[in-house]
Formats: sequence, structure tokens, C-alpha cells
Amino acid sequence: MATPAPVALRKTALNAMHRRMGAKMVDFGGWDMPVEYSGLIAEHMAVRTGVGVFDVSHMGDIQLRGPGSLDAVQHITMNDASKLQEGQAHYSAMLYPQGTFVDDVIVHKLSPNDYLIVINAGTREKDFNWVKSNVRTFDCHANDYSDYYTQLAIQGPKAAETLAKLTKVDLGTIKGYWFKWGTVCGLANTLIARTGYTGEDGFEIYVPSDVATSERVWNEVLEAGKEFGILPCGLGARNTLRLESAMSLYDHEISETINVFEAHLDRFLKLEKGPFIGSEALKTIQAAGGPQRKLVGLEVVERGIARDGYPVLNLDGKKIGVVTSGSPAPFLKKNIALAYVPTELAVIDGEVAVEVRGNPVKARIVPTPFYRRPKKIT
Amino acid sequence: MSYPEKYKYTREHEWVEAAGNIGTVGITDYAQNSLGDIVFVDAPKVGTKVEKGAVFGSVESVKAVSDLYSPVTGTVTEVNEELASSPEKINTDAHGAWIIKVELSDPNELGSLLSAADYAKFIAEETGK
Repeated sequence: MATPAPVALRKTALNAMHRRMGAKMVDFGGWDMPVEYSGLIAEHMAVRTGVGVFDVSHMGDIQLRGPGSLDAVQHITMNDASKLQEGQAHYSAMLYPQGTFVDDVIVHKLSPNDYLIVINAGTREKDFNWVKSNVRTFDCHANDYSDYYTQLAIQGPKAAETLAKLTKVDLGTIKGYWFKWGTVCGLANTLIARTGYTGEDGFEIYVPSDVATSERVWNEVLEAGKEFGILPCGLGARNTLRLESAMSLYDHEISETINVFEAHLDRFLKLEKGPFIGSEALKTIQAAGGPQRKLVGLEVVERGIARDGYPVLNLDGKKIGVVTSGSPAPFLKKNIALAYVPTELAVIDGEVAVEVRGNPVKARIVPTPFYRRPKKIT
Repeated sequence: MSYPEKYKYTREHEWVEAAGNIGTVGITDYAQNSLGDIVFVDAPKVGTKVEKGAVFGSVESVKAVSDLYSPVTGTVTEVNEELASSPEKINTDAHGAWIIKVELSDPNELGSLLSAADYAKFIAEETGK
């Protein structure tokens, strides 16, 4: 039987580089991306103990510019962007009117008239269309700059020392969730943000997306990190790292049918800033006593691995919820999961079971994040 | 990668080495490479009956679960206990890290399995190389 030609996958500028390096490739949200190079566990450990580099160019970049851009950002996101200073970023989300998620985002204040919103790869078009149609009445332009940038995430305790070799910017002056512009690898005006999706210290740099520049920078980062044991890292390690840090993934912990309170993200929700898309529905949910289900962290205590989509059962074997993301945790050496359970059962040390291919395996509700990086002694 | 000549293979990427009426079963190097870092092996207990072509256990990597299909029919006589604490041995030595030993009820079954050369050809076709 002839195999049909695959639907064309989108590629980042580093696609050929990943393939030349022998990466195992996977279809992620329509993108041909590296899932691992030398091995998921090795890559995960490199980020936790040294430094790793990820090509995250598949993520999207929407820029809002104009005098009304702050008002526009406030209208479409749940966190309070008026609290951002120039050079500062924060975690936020765009919501539907019912208080559920369009996407989670990082909002960067470039200037009073200029905001950069970094969005997920799988939701690029949906997000951009959402933004465009909802900022129409504001005095600003919305531009999709996603294809202009190759975005590299350099993550780990040695990320700063690695990047310091490639720029004269004093990285010590960039705090977590802040950013600066500077020359990196000889490229002027490069955005250097102290952000990431791994739970480690790290930086994301945005360089021009032509293949030659992208490959040169990628190689220079690998060279600079060599003495720290840098490894190129794929989406496999990216997932286990963010899971250990209990960070959400769209269509798993957050989605268009899950609201902010259920997802346990209300610390990023600022209802006091004034009305925005989703605020009224969330106020109603709050007034009615909160959500019916909540996201919790699970640690599997019997032999077995809880995986995405596996049912969560009470100890009588009745289905009470579902695992949104689950996997072995390479650094913690435990099997962990994030799951939705009824609010009244969402208590630390509560005992549940996960149905692993027909068999109940005991798990305990634990605090999240599962992993917190060691505090630096300054 | 060369596949040991004395083993027989299945299209589900298991190997079996027969010595007398005992078959030693494992998964191939191709299988471990596709799975990635193996973290868990779910093997049957000694005394379990296994059937050719039927699922007898599973192997899990960080990112995936894969069922194990028995290449032979018989009774499990031994289970590789090392894999309980060191499942990654399958990654470093797939053709040496056996999973179960089976007392064969029908040694003639081996005749219909793939030789090393046929398996290598099968892999080449699968990967389009």
C-alpha cells in the first residue's frame, strides 16, 4: 500500500541544522520540530545542572503599537499590564468571554506605545486573528512578527555565563522576567529576555530569522556553552522540564473549556484593573463560590506511570477526573502528573488513583511546583 | 547496526534466541532507539503463559508506552530482574538485555519468524532508507 504524501509541515530556520545534527523530528502543532538529539534524559539533566539550548522559533510574536496599545493589551489579557515598567514582562493569558483560555502569553512592555506578546506555536493564527479583531476599536496596529525572529532559549544555571560570552550587555542587570536590547553575536538591537519555560534561570534571545544568521548564532551558543556541557535540547525535554515546574501547556492544563480558577492561575488574574474580555464571567464564577474542579499535582506512589489523558479515580474506583499531563520526571526521579479533580477532593496529601491501561495505580496529591530551582546566594 | 545472526525477529521489533526448548526474548536496537530513554518494563511473572503474536507486557520510555508481542508460545520460566531497577540497559544493549525466557510449546514457530537479514531489510523499508 502506498503511503500518502505527508501534509507539508512548517519549518523553523534551523530545521536543516536540526536534521544535520541527527535530531529525532516530530510533528508538533503542524511544525517539524526536534523532539530529542542525544536523549531526553541527558538533555533534561543538562538544563537542570548546566545549560541547554532550544530552538523555540515556532512560537509567535504579536506586536501592538500605537497610543492605544496599553488599553488594547488590557482589554484582551487578564493580568494588569499597566503595572509593567519599560523593559519588564509578565505571564498572562487571553481569555474568551466565558473566562476560558484563548492562549497563555508573555506580555513585554517595549515602550508606552509598544507591546510584544509572545504566544504558542500551535495557536499562532487563532491568536493573531483574535488579537486583530479585538483591538480594532483601539488606537493601535497589531502586527504578526513571528516569522521575523529565530527565538533561542538558553536555559540552566550556566545560561548566564554562556550568554555572557556572546554579548557585552551585563546580564546581571536583567532580573527575571525583564529584558534588554543589546548586541548578541555581533547582531545589534537583539532582544534579550530573562524568560523561559523550564523552571531554571535562563534567557530567550530573538535574532533575525534568515538561515545563515540563525545557524551562526546557534553554533556560537553551542560553542560558548561547551565548557558547561551544553546540549541542544528538543521538545521532549522541554515538556518534562516544564512539567516538573508545573507550567501549563495549551490544550492540556488550559484550553477553551477550562477557566482561570480551575487552572489555578488566578494569581495572574487582576479583576481589579477594570473590565476586560472574560472578566464578567470570572466574577460570576467567583461569586458563585469558585470552580467545581481544580488542577492539582500528583505523585504516583505505586509502580506505574500516569500519562496525558489517563482517568483519575477515587479509591472506590470511580472516575473523578483526568490527567492533563503526566510523565516520569527525569530530575526528581518520580512519576508525576497534573490533573483535574473535583474541588472538594483537591487537598494536599489526598489519595487518588490513576487508571494506567486498565489498572488503578495509587497517587498522592502534592504541592506544585514539583521542582523549584535552588535559590542563588548573592 | 548489525542484528545478531543467531536471533529470529518479528515485525513488532522483538527478537528471540532459541537454545534447546528455551526461547530468550527481548526488543531490538531499532525499537529502543525509537522509544528513547526507557524507564519502565512491565514483564509477566514466572509461570505465565504467553502466546505468539499476543501482548505479554510493555516497555515505557519517558514519552511513550509500547506493547510487547510474544514471538513464541509457551510458559515464562525466567524474568530479567535487572530491568526492574535498570531499565535503561535495554537502551545501551538491546540485544543483550533480555526481558523473559520462555519454555517453548512449539519450537516450529521459529521457522516463520524473520532472519537477521530479513529484519534488516524490513527496517530499511520502514525507514525509507
